[in-house]
Amino acid sequence: MAYTQGNQQNARFSVLSSSSLSSVEHLSPNSSRFSLPNTPSINTTLGTPRPNLRPNIYDRHLNKTRTAEVSASSFAYLFSEVIQYTQKRVSGINDLERRLNTLGYRVGMRVLELNVWRSESTSKAPKREIKFLPALMSIHTQVWKAVFGKPADAIEKSVENDDEYMIVDNDPPITRNISIPRDMSQLSCSSFTAGIVEAVLDGLGFPARVTAHNTPSDTHPGRTTILIKLERSVIEREELLK
Amino acid sequence: MAIHGLWVINKAGGLVYQRNFGDGLPHLTANEYLVLAGTLHGIHAITSRLSPSGPSSGAQVIEGESFKLNVLLTHTGTKFILLTSLVEPTVDAMLQKVYEIYAEAVMKNPFHTPEMPIRTEGFDAKVTALLSGR
Repeated sequence: MAYTQGNQQNARFSVLSSSSLSSVEHLSPNSSRFSLPNTPSINTTLGTPRPNLRPNIYDRHLNKTRTAEVSASSFAYLFSEVIQYTQKRVSGINDLERRLNTLGYRVGMRVLELNVWRSESTSKAPKREIKFLPALMSIHTQVWKAVFGKPADAIEKSVENDDEYMIVDNDPPITRNISIPRDMSQLSCSSFTAGIVEAVLDGLGFPARVTAHNTPSDTHPGRTTILIKLERSVIEREELLK
Repeated sequence: MAIHGLWVINKAGGLVYQRNFGDGLPHLTANEYLVLAGTLHGIHAITSRLSPSGPSSGAQVIEGESFKLNVLLTHTGTKFILLTSLVEPTVDAMLQKVYEIYAEAVMKNPFHTPEMPIRTEGFDAKVTALLSGR
């Protein structure tokens, strides 16, 4: 068992290293696969040197964007197009939510990786959460701050099921401008956020099924609940850790 | 000092949003409103071509005995029409606000089709908050 795992890891490493080798040929000026910012070789082939004012995004330090902010409007338009694109390719609300969840998952994997990397380089005692509640707290504050610029509004535990937890956001920034039509009232575009949470939980070793639900209140019409349904194995492990 | 109604006319002259505030205005059918909006669109097109000094943005205010009709033409050709009482000093600012709400709640909403009637709850709610309290 341990042997096969080691093998898998090796396989992953080899994928990484071979891709980094082959990237050299991908980046050659003859390749039309990527539109890259001008490198010297491209300049010579095109003969139109442009002033290289900013470093390539791949060369920039990862911490450079730690406090940088993205225009909420630009993101709103992008997210709107993402939803329209996705909606054309699905057959129902569940399917649409699942796809948004998948997209969010891809974001969440990177958010977790980046957050861990940053906390390792900034804090003196970087920590990996191994218990569920502290992990949930860190999602509520750290992940939310990294992604939305503010912590979420509440964490709740289901009274009916011991494996269900909820993160509540009173006014999720990414769905602030979205009005769901009446015939789709079940849809919550925060499924994207649910995907992010699912990826972070997965990455921390708490496999769960995460969904988003509209729970409007009088004061907060956009209130959204991210529902986390943990896998049995996580609950059992939590019992052992007590 | 009163706001009577708000229209939004798309660049082709179709009425995509119509809303009355208070009960100052006579009640017309949806079809009549469409005809009125189309006619206004035509009149506006005429006024924009009559300017003696180069290109013009067309009529901005049409005044009657008891009310006036304020027009905001945006760069994309969408027109916002606000029907108000004669003395309403902040109309321009209000039209700008409505435009802002439109950009926020309608254009960023993935479930709205451009140039089609606006059926967006967010727009309704924000417009109500802005205009009916007055």
